[in-house]
Amino acid sequence: MKDLMRSPVVKMMVARLLIGLGTIAVISFVIYGVIELLPGDIAREVLKSQATDESVRAFNERLGLDRPFLERYFEWLGNALHGDLGRSLISDVPVSELLAQRVKNSAFLAVLAAVLAVPLALLLGILSATFRNSVFDRATGITTLACVSLPEFALGYLMILFLAVKTGLFPSLSVIDPGAPLLERIWQTVLPALTLTLIVQAHMSRMTRSSLVALFQRPYIEMAELKGLRRRKVVWRHALPNAMGPIAVVITLNMAYLLTGIVVIEAVFAYPGLGQLMVDAVARRDIPLVQAASLIFATFYVSLNTLADVIGIVTNPRLLYARK
Amino acid sequence: MSDIMSDMTQTSTPLVVFEDVRIEAGQASDPKVLAQGISFSLERGKVLGLIGESGAGKSTIGLAALGYLRGGCRVAGGRILLSGQDIVPDLGRKGVLDLRSTRIAYVAQSAAASFNPAYRLIDQCVEMALDRRLMSRAEAEERAHAYFKRFRIADPVEFGRRFPHQVSGGQLQRAMLAMAMLCQPEVIVFDEPTTALDVTTQIEVLATIRDALAEEGLAGIYISHDLALISQIADDIVVLRHGKIVEQGPTGQIVNAPEADYTRNLLDQTPLARQPDRTTRDAPRVDIRDAQGSYGQLKVLKGVDLRIGQAQSVALVGESGSGKSTLARALMGLFPLTSGRIELDGQQIGSLSSRKASVLQKLQLIHQYPDTALNPRQSIRKILTIPLRRFTRLRGAALEARLRELLRQVELPETLIDRYPPALSGGQKQRVCIARALAAEPEILVCDEVTASLDKLTADEITRLLGRLQTEQGLSTLLITHDFSLVRALADEVIVMRRGEVVEAGPMAEVTERPQHPYTRRLIASIPTFEPGWLDAQRVAEA
Amino acid sequence: MKKSSRGRLHWQPIIGATIVLFMLAVAIVGPFLMPYGEAEIVGFAFDLPSPEHPLGTDVLGRDVMTRLVYGARNSIGLALAVVVLSFLFGASLGLLSATLGRGVDFVLSRFFDLILAIPQKVFALLLLAILGTSLPVLIIVVAFLDSPRVFRISRAIGLEINALDFVETARLRGDSGLGIMLRETLPNSLPTLVSEFGLRFCFIFLFISALSFLGLGLQPPSADWGNMVRENASLIGFGEMMPLYPAFAIALLAVGVNLVTEWLAERWSNPAHE
Repeated sequence: MKDLMRSPVVKMMVARLLIGLGTIAVISFVIYGVIELLPGDIAREVLKSQATDESVRAFNERLGLDRPFLERYFEWLGNALHGDLGRSLISDVPVSELLAQRVKNSAFLAVLAAVLAVPLALLLGILSATFRNSVFDRATGITTLACVSLPEFALGYLMILFLAVKTGLFPSLSVIDPGAPLLERIWQTVLPALTLTLIVQAHMSRMTRSSLVALFQRPYIEMAELKGLRRRKVVWRHALPNAMGPIAVVITLNMAYLLTGIVVIEAVFAYPGLGQLMVDAVARRDIPLVQAASLIFATFYVSLNTLADVIGIVTNPRLLYARK
Repeated sequence: MSDIMSDMTQTSTPLVVFEDVRIEAGQASDPKVLAQGISFSLERGKVLGLIGESGAGKSTIGLAALGYLRGGCRVAGGRILLSGQDIVPDLGRKGVLDLRSTRIAYVAQSAAASFNPAYRLIDQCVEMALDRRLMSRAEAEERAHAYFKRFRIADPVEFGRRFPHQVSGGQLQRAMLAMAMLCQPEVIVFDEPTTALDVTTQIEVLATIRDALAEEGLAGIYISHDLALISQIADDIVVLRHGKIVEQGPTGQIVNAPEADYTRNLLDQTPLARQPDRTTRDAPRVDIRDAQGSYGQLKVLKGVDLRIGQAQSVALVGESGSGKSTLARALMGLFPLTSGRIELDGQQIGSLSSRKASVLQKLQLIHQYPDTALNPRQSIRKILTIPLRRFTRLRGAALEARLRELLRQVELPETLIDRYPPALSGGQKQRVCIARALAAEPEILVCDEVTASLDKLTADEITRLLGRLQTEQGLSTLLITHDFSLVRALADEVIVMRRGEVVEAGPMAEVTERPQHPYTRRLIASIPTFEPGWLDAQRVAEA
Repeated sequence: MKKSSRGRLHWQPIIGATIVLFMLAVAIVGPFLMPYGEAEIVGFAFDLPSPEHPLGTDVLGRDVMTRLVYGARNSIGLALAVVVLSFLFGASLGLLSATLGRGVDFVLSRFFDLILAIPQKVFALLLLAILGTSLPVLIIVVAFLDSPRVFRISRAIGLEINALDFVETARLRGDSGLGIMLRETLPNSLPTLVSEFGLRFCFIFLFISALSFLGLGLQPPSADWGNMVRENASLIGFGEMMPLYPAFAIALLAVGVNLVTEWLAERWSNPAHE
């Protein structure tokens, strides 16, 4: 055990996890503190024409703005750790209640998109790197460039236009009933999930391809060819084991990207998820709700990035087997 | 049946034949010719040396023998045959693959980069034997271990279990030799296998290669830029320049009776620019006492003394890791010592940021790689003007005149003044670097392996230039080098370093002619010569 | 060897540059040539294309073609302002960080690491929710959130260059950090920075169009390629393509910039062209 703790890999991993935790802590501080950036009186700014002295006082009291900032922050953070994220300014319902089902819906959409996107992207990325400059590579390159260049919402509308309105294959807007059977839910979620899949796989396969292409230029790949190995074996035996780390990092980074892509896609399909809720809250300036949603997004995002770093560390043979 | 066939070919046809081979890159309409008119043949059990400077096309030719062409290159004419079988262009890519490892194998220059970091050495050594189903895994590993043992690796089984980054460069090169020999090929292509190694390690690897080839009756194509080295291992030599054959013949003939001027220049070992010795009784200009320093936990300088007198030239000699470059960097103020003193004309000088302009001016450094020592986006004029404006009062026409004088001093045509470094050759760039140092009107010149990245002929010219400047300008110089021909040409005093310590110091003639310390003796003896049997003599001395 | 790749890629910069120049021309000259105003109501909602309105009218009866042209000016101008600001901030600090090293480098790197750890889109929403959506706020917020990426690449390229011997030579003659940065580091990092500028422009352009689409970018009645899609989205339900025209314009420009940038990067990474 003592030996394990002394290994540089474990040390680096622990350090990375601590940095991740620290980052979340700092981000929570920023999320809560941004409100202080606002010049002047936040209550009047938010309430606008309805700002009477009385309503302003009530507003400040509700947000606790009459107390010192640090005291408020730690109370908010403490409550958040216990699952209490305050009450909505608009509907006066506990934020956690509003969020619960939305988070589940978003997670369902994200997982569905990831399940489709990851294998597709890896396959395309590996094939185009292996057959670099072939017709297949070029076709994939042009398609992914188009997917990356098209705004996310436009891709969503194109899906609606061609797969829902013109052909009637899928429902254009997502009506999610949490009690519905799984297949029904998937059916309702197919279009937004497909859209997300297209976006994410485009980024992911491009990154996979470029990290593999860089790898193929290493001398040991040339050596494997000079030993007389077939191309397929060179790729599978010599390139891919070294690419596992970088590819895993690419996947997790893109999962983080997918997470934020959800915000726009949910708006296009009126999908009742966390992103949609946050966009509405922003429009209504429902600040506790926006802060809570930001905190949840940021936590997932930082966790995925931390995971990417940890994977990068544990897949590096130079770190795993120290010099003797 | 196949055995009989190969027996017949063994006696009749040469193993590797190049027939008027031409290799091109780029578009067919506007090709760049990498090699042309290449014809030679290699008999069984013989070693052919391919010698040439960078850009001579020797690696391209060596790889073509394996039917391998780097991206964008193609064989545009001629034939390459292996045991009478047409491999280029007749055999396709797949057909060629089957010949590699079993008929012809390859040993690369950088073993560290050519082993896959994800696998243990033993797995990489036996890979092709298993892939071709030549033997069982146990048999293959046993063979590999036997080779390791024969190549003087202490614990073969444990060695095989290591990952590439866990063993030294010399050991890796031996593992690569074992990997190449495991499937019993008929010929092995060696692409500068010892260039990345220190001179003392180089001999061991070279001798291992030669013995291994001789014991198994294998043929080899040995690629190198060092004619002396190649003369120790090759039966025949092909001299290449700019992708063409300059001359070829048996080693003895090439070494003793060369026909081409180019080959004669490569063989030329007459001492360069030797000046009368300058031993001075005056107080030293530079005085370093008990210098100690470390990178993290690793102590790289363990109490080193160094003195440079007026107009005197001191050479600091050692292999990589000896601390010689670190000491020079400490003198320049780029490396902080943990203890010890550095004095310039009796005044202690500290870190770079604390040094006065007059100190900066007196000490000028010339780097090893002229490619990275010049800002590619500044013209030669600008490169030389900056130190002139910083350290002298010259302005206007006087400055312009000085610029041209500097170019003349380093023997560069004035027409280069408005060019940019990428348009210059390696030797020209190094001259610009020297001119830039001279522009500051220095008193002490620190030369860090200034000829190491240059081809022999260019290196000789730079050495002569430095010798002339030393005398004309009365400069004190510190030469950081591992090259004894540079030491013999330029140094008055020699300091030999090893692992952060001085092992021997004294006047140049004494240290090079009558070295006292065994390490110095070994260092000097490790420099390949054209003497036949030199390698064997070294081998005996080692034992 | 390099020549073939250059020959093969030749169509790429020509198409890319044509697209980029055309878009720029539309953005700069276009608004003066349009017969209608940016927010002028000239007909009924969703009129079909006609000689007066080649692309029809939008949800409020404004000329779609006119709004597309004004949208070009607004969207491209906004994105350019953001990228320039992001580069002024990120690139100068990145190069400075690489040149000064030690304490400055550590503090700046941790600071930008932190911004980078924040999900961009989510934070843009948060900041815009609190600060409200106005043009300066939008530009500053997006530029700020994008600057860590510029910082990282500038710092990396700066470190790479500063490790070269000519920078050491400059230090040895006593040049100041700022002098080294301006004379040695900056000129050599320009190629990388210029192609990075193209990539960041594409990214920011798409990012802002997404914000506009969510109603948090440029506010109506100003035309913007992102908010135009949102305004007219209801027409898609009837199988019409018109609301997506601005989106295609966005994609076209992004592809154009990408093509030019990729070509530049390839050229510059290739020492044969020096």
